[in-house]
Amino acid sequence: MFARGLKRKYGDQEEGVEGFSTVPSYSLQRQSLLDMSLVKLQLCHMLVEPNLCRSVLIANTVRQIQEEMSRDGVWHGMAPQNAERAPIDRLVSTEILCRTARAADGEHPTPELEDGSLQISASELPIVSSAQGQRSPQSSLWEMDSPQENRGSFHKSLDHIFETLENKNPSSVEDLFSDVDSSYYDLDTVLTGMMSGTKPSLCSGLDGFTAATPPPSSTCKSDLTELDHVVEILVET
Amino acid sequence: MPSHRMPSEADVISTVEFNHTGELLATGDKGGRVVIFQREPESKNTPHSQGEYDVYSTFQSHEPEFDYLKSLEIEEKINKIKWLPQQNAAHSLLSTNDKTIKLWKITERDKRPEGYNLKDEEGKLKDLSTVTSLQVPVLKPMDLMVEVSPRRIFANGHTYHINSISVNSDCETYMSADDLRINLWHLAITDRSFNIVDIKPANMEDLTEVITASEFHPHHCNLFVYSSSKGSLRLCDMRAAALCDKHSKLFEEPEDPSNRSFFSEIISSVSDVKFSHSGRYMLTRDYLTVKVWDLNMEARPIETYQVHDYLRSKLCSLYESDCIFDKFECAWNGSDSVIMTGAYNNFFRMFDRNTKRDVTLEASRESSKPRAVLKPRRVCVGGKRRRDDISVDSLDFTKKILHTAWHPAENIIAIAATNNLYIFQDKVNSDMH
Repeated sequence: MFARGLKRKYGDQEEGVEGFSTVPSYSLQRQSLLDMSLVKLQLCHMLVEPNLCRSVLIANTVRQIQEEMSRDGVWHGMAPQNAERAPIDRLVSTEILCRTARAADGEHPTPELEDGSLQISASELPIVSSAQGQRSPQSSLWEMDSPQENRGSFHKSLDHIFETLENKNPSSVEDLFSDVDSSYYDLDTVLTGMMSGTKPSLCSGLDGFTAATPPPSSTCKSDLTELDHVVEILVET
Repeated sequence: MPSHRMPSEADVISTVEFNHTGELLATGDKGGRVVIFQREPESKNTPHSQGEYDVYSTFQSHEPEFDYLKSLEIEEKINKIKWLPQQNAAHSLLSTNDKTIKLWKITERDKRPEGYNLKDEEGKLKDLSTVTSLQVPVLKPMDLMVEVSPRRIFANGHTYHINSISVNSDCETYMSADDLRINLWHLAITDRSFNIVDIKPANMEDLTEVITASEFHPHHCNLFVYSSSKGSLRLCDMRAAALCDKHSKLFEEPEDPSNRSFFSEIISSVSDVKFSHSGRYMLTRDYLTVKVWDLNMEARPIETYQVHDYLRSKLCSLYESDCIFDKFECAWNGSDSVIMTGAYNNFFRMFDRNTKRDVTLEASRESSKPRAVLKPRRVCVGGKRRRDDISVDSLDFTKKILHTAWHPAENIIAIAATNNLYIFQDKVNSDMH
């Protein structure tokens, strides 16, 4: 379906993208796949740690698309005036993409794509495009930015996503613990040890815990010193 | 065996494993429970329940935990169970969730002492004035009681999610693998483990490949294999170096340029790897195929079997629904002549390596009454459609058979279909062929 070699001229956009009968152009399909992949990476803010294998595979797919788009000369800075329009358009095209895949039997597109939650995360799509946009609003469609620069700023966006995936408090905490794995394990023992005795109330207790909250006041006095240690690290003293 | 409870998320079976004799079958589920089935001995008295599996023991292996540092839940779902070879009257198994491995000991009690001098039947102290003579307590038979106790807890060894555990043939050590690292443990030591593989890049931004599965060689205690998300297998020798980052052998099939798409890498990711019983071959499962590799040939697999190639044109919607990330397992039969793996719509597939014939079967209550013969199924991809064929577009992708197991010696298979366990026996051809 995405066989390479199906190169079309850029700008060969299909009219009437709402229609069932037309197959979207390769570049539109590719762009839609890119958007879908970015959304998938963003929608990882769950309570349970996201699947690293899945995230890596999606990120690799995004890189592949970006590299091909760079080679085709269509990876460019988005002009600011297009940035606002683009997400909505691209949302539509993502739907078309999967609708086309099942066009044979006229199945309806998946309702997930029309979900409200997707609309919210769509506003984050310009993460990639705005990074480019800051460079040169006047850049023409065919201006070939140096691939390294492209990759660099694109990587920044991917890195941001990866950091967010890695842990919910990126940068500072990650730096702190990148070399200090053993102390993390000690903390982990303390913290999981605190939790092991409280099975029934676990789920109700979880509601009160947000990312920035220090560990709850424990009834175990002996754990207070470890708690101090944890808080110390969280506030970086 | 249908679940007696209302179907819930916690009842979804997440792993299935026979022990080394096939007498016991363990399942783990998303709720952190382990259920062990035991095969009833065949007897003339009960001809209808010859060699069937009944529940032997149920216990809560793992509980949900909360990682305060990352503000994330640690799921209690049992990812893998591995039996230890039986060394005495007790049975032992390892069970693991994403972070913690536990060693459980399973013992039977079928006798109890009766006739204490100081205590009565209910355990209350006797009035000593009523005791006129001494007696020796005797062991009397009682209803069988199965007791399970945690013997070791191997915690804090993994930053990332554990995907595999494998017991070494030396019966003293085992390994656990997460997305980026593999650790070697001694079964008796819980407070430290030895890191033998580490593929974490210095800069997490450079991460492009993760470990997906790993297993010890069945006979050579120094050899193990691990698979990656890029479809490669690495055979490592622990005698060569302390840190086995340099593989002894790299098994990788060159990409087929005619089939290349943006999904090529994803569908090449290996979801399971299993050594053959002989130790001569490896079996891998990726999204669309199962492959047999000869340990002596690294360039390509010696056999490739299509599990559901009709999905190749549907990869985009399978990517969108996340189905493309489903991790199917694979299994050898006892004689390494047949391989089995699961698919969608509660279908599972078997491939006979000798006759090159394959069959698709369905695990569902409608199509399997007790002692009924399973009817082969067929998925039609357009063209001529036979009466009982299923069309590709009516496949139910929520009914996936990810976990299957084959009895080590006989033609008995265990299939986990969401929250139901099916055990199929081939009575006609009980002996391996």
